[in-house]
Amino acid sequence: MSVAAMAVEPAGPKPGKLTAGRIGIYAFLVVSALFFLLPLAVMILTSMKPMDEIHNGNIFALPQHPTFDYWVKAWSSACTGRDCYGLSPGFFNSVKITVLAVPASIALAMINGYALCFWRYRGSEFLFTVLVFGAFVPYQVLVYPIIYALSRVGLFGTLPGIVIVHTIFGMPILTLIFRNFFASLPVELFKAARVDGAGFWGIFVRIMLPMSLPITVVAVILQVTGIWNDFLFGLVFAGHDNLPMTVQLNNIVRTSTGTVEYSTNMAATILTGLVPLVVYFVSGKWFVRGIAAGAVKG
Amino acid sequence: MAAKPRGSLLTSAIVQDAGIAEGRLQSRARRRRQLGKLPSIIGTLPMIVVAVGVFVIGLSFTVVLSFTSSKLFPTFNFVGWYQYERLWATARWVESVKHIWFYGAGQIGLSLVLGFLLAVFMDQRIRGEDTFRTIFLYPFALSAIITGLVWQLMLDPIWGLQAAVRSWGWTDFKFAPLASGETALIGMIVASTWNGVGVTMAILLAGLRGVDSEIWNATRVDGIPRWRTYLWIVLPMMRGTVATAVILLLVGVVRTFDIVIAMTGGGPGISTQMPATYVIDSINARNVGHGMAAATCMLLPILALILLQVAFRARANRRATAR
Repeated sequence: MSVAAMAVEPAGPKPGKLTAGRIGIYAFLVVSALFFLLPLAVMILTSMKPMDEIHNGNIFALPQHPTFDYWVKAWSSACTGRDCYGLSPGFFNSVKITVLAVPASIALAMINGYALCFWRYRGSEFLFTVLVFGAFVPYQVLVYPIIYALSRVGLFGTLPGIVIVHTIFGMPILTLIFRNFFASLPVELFKAARVDGAGFWGIFVRIMLPMSLPITVVAVILQVTGIWNDFLFGLVFAGHDNLPMTVQLNNIVRTSTGTVEYSTNMAATILTGLVPLVVYFVSGKWFVRGIAAGAVKG
Repeated sequence: MAAKPRGSLLTSAIVQDAGIAEGRLQSRARRRRQLGKLPSIIGTLPMIVVAVGVFVIGLSFTVVLSFTSSKLFPTFNFVGWYQYERLWATARWVESVKHIWFYGAGQIGLSLVLGFLLAVFMDQRIRGEDTFRTIFLYPFALSAIITGLVWQLMLDPIWGLQAAVRSWGWTDFKFAPLASGETALIGMIVASTWNGVGVTMAILLAGLRGVDSEIWNATRVDGIPRWRTYLWIVLPMMRGTVATAVILLLVGVVRTFDIVIAMTGGGPGISTQMPATYVIDSINARNVGHGMAAATCMLLPILALILLQVAFRARANRRATAR
């Protein structure tokens, strides 16, 4: 499946006038859209009403006295265990992890893709095959060997440790994306540069790097949302001082004592989802392209 | 490079055996080419380390440890199939495996049906296609943790959907699957389908648009109704796309972990425990040998998938050469 296929005109039969069938089509789509939007609405509504309103009304009722108090609480004073600093430490940890791991994973994958396309050496195709199969391996299967290896070199439970883990698990799919991109470029481009005497790094920096801007945008979107949304790796590898926002969110929700305070929980949930949602709504079609690029496996 | 002695060697070789000389010439050229590729090898060192170090050695490490009595640290005290025997005699593991089958079948089935329906309806030259696409896909931008937490509230018997519908007058409405161990997995299927079905739709929609549009003229002439055209002609034509969607769903299902933690914590009882949570819990319980046996078992369906793909490709190649 190609990225271009996403932009093609609808192939379905040509519609006639506004018939009962057409109304049925729209009815189905609107009902589906409601199903998709309801949880978002519930999240926002619940985060803005006090607990007694939740007790007395239903989850779809509009707040009588809308308030952002719970957002403030979720951000700065909600408790996880004995610490009551809210989500904010988790937010900054997630920023740190993302800012370090996204460029690292993309830079490496770019070089891999470039080398796999234009500078094959004996065994390079084998390495690529292993990498692609690696994309299918359930993460949990590799968790312990990586815990062991990282603790042997003293990086388990540290910021560099979690960045390395994200770089490792981002590599298969990113390498595939960049390899496919470079394979779509005309080989003459590379050959001409070779004739001019440019070497591996020269061609990479001067020709390939500037040309791969569009695919890099796709890769950045894929990685920012992927790393921001990660839970398992953050939980296992980040260590107590670098817990990402998703882990912090889960801890806050689990800490609730007595009755569950849904207002704070939903406020925390929205705050955690804000970054990927903004990335999604701003990037629009690029996000879809990222999904398509990630789906070309095999 | 010392060209002269090699040149004379080459000459004599030609006299002796042209075939061997050819081979030597090629191997020398190859060596020189290999040397020019040194920067490429250096540049891809991280890839070599990840492919060999993590995916080959790491995986082997997991498999080897599953045959040992390792607790917190790896020991190489081999105990044969002991960990596997104990694993399959443990109720929680056996239940986890049953759960993943049920959950996997449910989620993949629901995603395919709903995803295909959405794709077909989206393909009717509708207005506002981009808006609908944005709405169907946004949950995928959210993490499984968020998905789990929101749907936990949605499905809460006291505060959620059930209470809301009842307050509107349908007083015996029942939909609170998380409250009971028998239905909790259904709630999880709904939540994960909400999160991921947009992707299935996007993939299938791309597939639909790759199908030759002449099909529509042909079937109209033959008087075949649209829905039958979709089901019996278009769907079989986009087998490859469906396979892609299924593989993506399958890989996601085997990994299922985050949503369990956020939504149910594995409960009520052990009714939503999964193989992935079992592996992580075993590591946390300092029972690594046992956990690695479970992890190795998780690898089997993926291995089967890869073998299937290899066999499939081999068959396709054979067909291509036969032609």
